[in-house]
Amino acid sequence: MPRVEAIALAVEAAVAEAAVTLRPDVLSAMRAALGKESSERGRAVLGQLLENAQIASRDAVPLCQDTGTVWVWVELGAQECLPSDLHAAIDAAVARAYRENALRMSVVRDALFDRTNTGDNTPAFVDITLRPGSGATVHVMLKGGGSDNASLVAMLDPSAGEDGVVETVVRAVEAKASGACPPLVIGVGVGGTFDSVAKLAKKALLIPLDERTPEKRRRALEDRLLTAVNATGIGPAGLGGLTTALGVRVVSAPCHIAALPVAVNLGCSALRTVTVEVG
Amino acid sequence: MSADSIRVTLPATRDNLSALEAGQPVLLSGIVYTARDATHASIAGALEAAGALPFELAGQALFYAGPTPPAAGRPIGSVGPTTAKRMDAWTPALLDAGITATIGKGARSEAVREACVRTGAVYFAAVGGSAALLATHVLTAETVAWPELGTEALVRMELIDFPAFVAIDAAGRDLYAMAPAEWKVAR
Repeated sequence: MPRVEAIALAVEAAVAEAAVTLRPDVLSAMRAALGKESSERGRAVLGQLLENAQIASRDAVPLCQDTGTVWVWVELGAQECLPSDLHAAIDAAVARAYRENALRMSVVRDALFDRTNTGDNTPAFVDITLRPGSGATVHVMLKGGGSDNASLVAMLDPSAGEDGVVETVVRAVEAKASGACPPLVIGVGVGGTFDSVAKLAKKALLIPLDERTPEKRRRALEDRLLTAVNATGIGPAGLGGLTTALGVRVVSAPCHIAALPVAVNLGCSALRTVTVEVG
Repeated sequence: MSADSIRVTLPATRDNLSALEAGQPVLLSGIVYTARDATHASIAGALEAAGALPFELAGQALFYAGPTPPAAGRPIGSVGPTTAKRMDAWTPALLDAGITATIGKGARSEAVREACVRTGAVYFAAVGGSAALLATHVLTAETVAWPELGTEALVRMELIDFPAFVAIDAAGRDLYAMAPAEWKVAR
């Protein structure tokens, strides 16, 4: 089977699905939050977001007008041989999906020197890694600008420890969450290097909110982070309340003896990710 | 949206807006103009060149938004607020030149809050991430200028009962400062 075509088709279908569908675990968490929210304004916002998810799915229109940049992570089976350019095939799939599903084109040619719209929402931002075996796992995220803008990387001293991680996450949330469309899903990366820690944070957003790690310390840190973030009072839409975030997921990795890299990637209330297996 | 929402017709005079208080839910009906980053740069350029707002924008409301194309039989598929903070660099000058209301999401700079007090303007917050619902409150959408900017073109939209909250009122009260303070939990 020509894997390039299969992967490109998977990306195209995933973009179309993600744009109009709230992830089921996020939907459940939002319903649960509505039952626990004490702020009247916060409840009104959560109710509006739940109604929005229904309308988007019923009318097949985007959950959010910011249909994002496309982030694709292909975990490729090492036995696969790719005879043609996977990057070009993915870009072609993204362009088709954005045109045919009436999604918004939100990419400019160059961040600084040419801010003209590319017109087809390409390039996609693609990460390809190898794993044992055959086939591929394809993760697609449509990432909105407001929540990505509110994200950060901090290089802490190792002595800062878990307290430093909590402080960094709360600082990111307090500084910019009101524009990042809370209730948030927060991806936290810890470890690796300056460049790779941000990817860990982004990958943390792929972990379902109804799935918990069996590792006690990681789970305790995620719970502590959620409590700390919700104590800010920022609330749904930043208009005050108890639900600033629906969940926090932490992915960690080895790092230099001198380092404690931390990345915080905020996911908005319309967190849009789809993962598919390509056989 | 709660039953006690206040109906606001746009464009609104400063007298109409002066009665609104930060935190109140509102339903907006009437005319707004979409403008986001690139649109603001173009409007500010025209203002600087001509000494007045282009396209008779004086007295009008700006909606910080970049819609998706038409869908589901509606003039636009989805439209919701973008982060207002990115417009803060231009906003005081635009309010001084006659813009009376802005619609977006998220906290704003002290300079914008001061400009609302100085000019009697109001900043409304709509709920980010509810663009499929908000699009059902848009009756018409017509591109007025800069179509080459794509989703960032200046678009005249007619709204009907579009739900929002008063975020900064003409007296300078700021919901984004007040609300978290009210709900903050001691750690």
